[in-house]
Amino acid sequence: MNGFFDIPSDLQYGYFGLIGLHLREALLPVLAGLLVALPVAQLCVRFRWLYAPVFGVTTVLYAVPSLAFFVLLIDYTGMTETTVMIPLAVYSLVVLVPAIVDGVRSVPPETLAAATAMGLGPVRRYLQVQLPIAVPAIIAGLRVAAVSSISLVSIGMLIGNQGALGNLLNDAQIYHRPPLAVNSVLTTAVLGILVDAALVLVRALLTPWMPRKGVTR
Amino acid sequence: MIRIDAVTKRYPDGTVAVDRLSLDIPDRAITVLVGPSGCGKTTTLRMINRMVEPTEGSILLDGQDIRRQPVNTLRRSMGYVIQNAGLFQHRTIVDNIATVPRLLGWGKQKARARAAELMERVGLDTSLAKRYPYQLSGGQQQRVGVARALAADPPVLLMDEPFSAVDPVVRKGLQDELLRIQNELGKTIVFVTHDIDEAIKLGTTVAVLRTGGRLAQFAPPAELLSAPADPFVEDFLGADRGIRRLSFFSSAGLELQSGPVVPLDADAERLASGGPAPYRLVTDADGRPLGWGAPDELTAGRIDRDRLLPYGRPFLPGTDSLRTALDGAVLSPSGWAVAVDGEGRAVGVVSQQAIGEAIRAAHTEDRQDAKAVR
Repeated sequence: MNGFFDIPSDLQYGYFGLIGLHLREALLPVLAGLLVALPVAQLCVRFRWLYAPVFGVTTVLYAVPSLAFFVLLIDYTGMTETTVMIPLAVYSLVVLVPAIVDGVRSVPPETLAAATAMGLGPVRRYLQVQLPIAVPAIIAGLRVAAVSSISLVSIGMLIGNQGALGNLLNDAQIYHRPPLAVNSVLTTAVLGILVDAALVLVRALLTPWMPRKGVTR
Repeated sequence: MIRIDAVTKRYPDGTVAVDRLSLDIPDRAITVLVGPSGCGKTTTLRMINRMVEPTEGSILLDGQDIRRQPVNTLRRSMGYVIQNAGLFQHRTIVDNIATVPRLLGWGKQKARARAAELMERVGLDTSLAKRYPYQLSGGQQQRVGVARALAADPPVLLMDEPFSAVDPVVRKGLQDELLRIQNELGKTIVFVTHDIDEAIKLGTTVAVLRTGGRLAQFAPPAELLSAPADPFVEDFLGADRGIRRLSFFSSAGLELQSGPVVPLDADAERLASGGPAPYRLVTDADGRPLGWGAPDELTAGRIDRDRLLPYGRPFLPGTDSLRTALDGAVLSPSGWAVAVDGEGRAVGVVSQQAIGEAIRAAHTEDRQDAKAVR
């Protein structure tokens, strides 16, 4: 494992610096995606006919190669982290919008009717009933989006030094140092697992009201 | 009073859910809307708190059109109980119950104290307060639903098939509980069900609706049973109408015979002095009934309790109805019903014949009452 953690200086970061950059480039887009997906999903719940076209659009966008996005974006945002993060945010929508729509729709009709009958207006109903009950479904979507985003960050190396851990793959080739490639793959995988575990923990904390396995009344 | 005035609900596709329905729903009583599916009973209920807006007609609450106040103010003044309870699964029991008080701006402490008080009122242990709905049984959840509806002490309670999804034993418990609570609180309750027996048990007045949302009959349960307005209502009431109607006649007037009631250690003279009744009801030392026996088969002083005939189900004179008394008489091979006091001690027996006479007398009285009303 000679030089496993010896990061070439052209990457401008140490090992942990690369990890920090990687997490930032992977997770900020998911957060942005969530902020966009919440209102979009609510519109899809409110106006049922909207869901099919919205789902179609997010799927088509997901099919656009990131390189094509980069070509389009470089004129505006340059060879920066932002150029990497915008496509990642767009990609996350294909998972997040259906997850939130399913989550909000999973609220039992009698619960919703009871909320209406008790005099909760549409905003309160959304914030106090629909959204909390959708949390498990939303977090399930976030887990997929976050892990896929972590693996996708690597393509940032196509526009120079923006691939974080992915750039190690490139350097492994240039400097004939295969351990760097192994490092890149392993570290990315571990990050994925840790972020996933963190989200599972967040769900457990947010949903004490969920039936737990092995617990009966 | 809630006055439903010539209300029609027509959907855009032309379906008429409710057709020119007029009902005066009295204060502090249970009014039941009953009918087959598609009769518009739930639609009618939901028009009272404006979850459904009528196409024509109006609904007045204490003389004022319900559309004249903000919709959420109206809804918060009416408790609502729904099938399957519709609890907020992400909130604890106490927070579920405190929902409307919190919406009305009560402080957290006050709302929770009120919630705890209501848990007791509906027969829930306050140790459940911090639990989540999934940790409760269906019947307990439905009690929480009732407590939640009562939380802000609304004058009106709307109940939409609240007990339909629980098993019959739990349902009976919930119905009895509702009647008890209603005795204490005297709310104006509108109760929707498809179960005619539930309607007859709970309703002060019952509105029978037919498919297409038209009113078939609006009457107290006893009148419904004795004089159904048309074949539809008669059919909907089902079999045993006459027997079920007896539930509304008190057993107080029955003349009880104490002669045939003999203790286990009765002597020959006592056994013989039971009057014309063909059987003797043998009781234990405390006076509780053991069973029937023919006088010539009973050995004075040494009655074999294992050879006695069963005595059916005893009734409490005055408390139970003629239906319970008749049921006891029919169940008992001797043809006589056993009357007991609160402690279960036999106070007398009554023959099927005597019950039959009481029923005839009740009918006559009823008919005279009806005439007097007209």
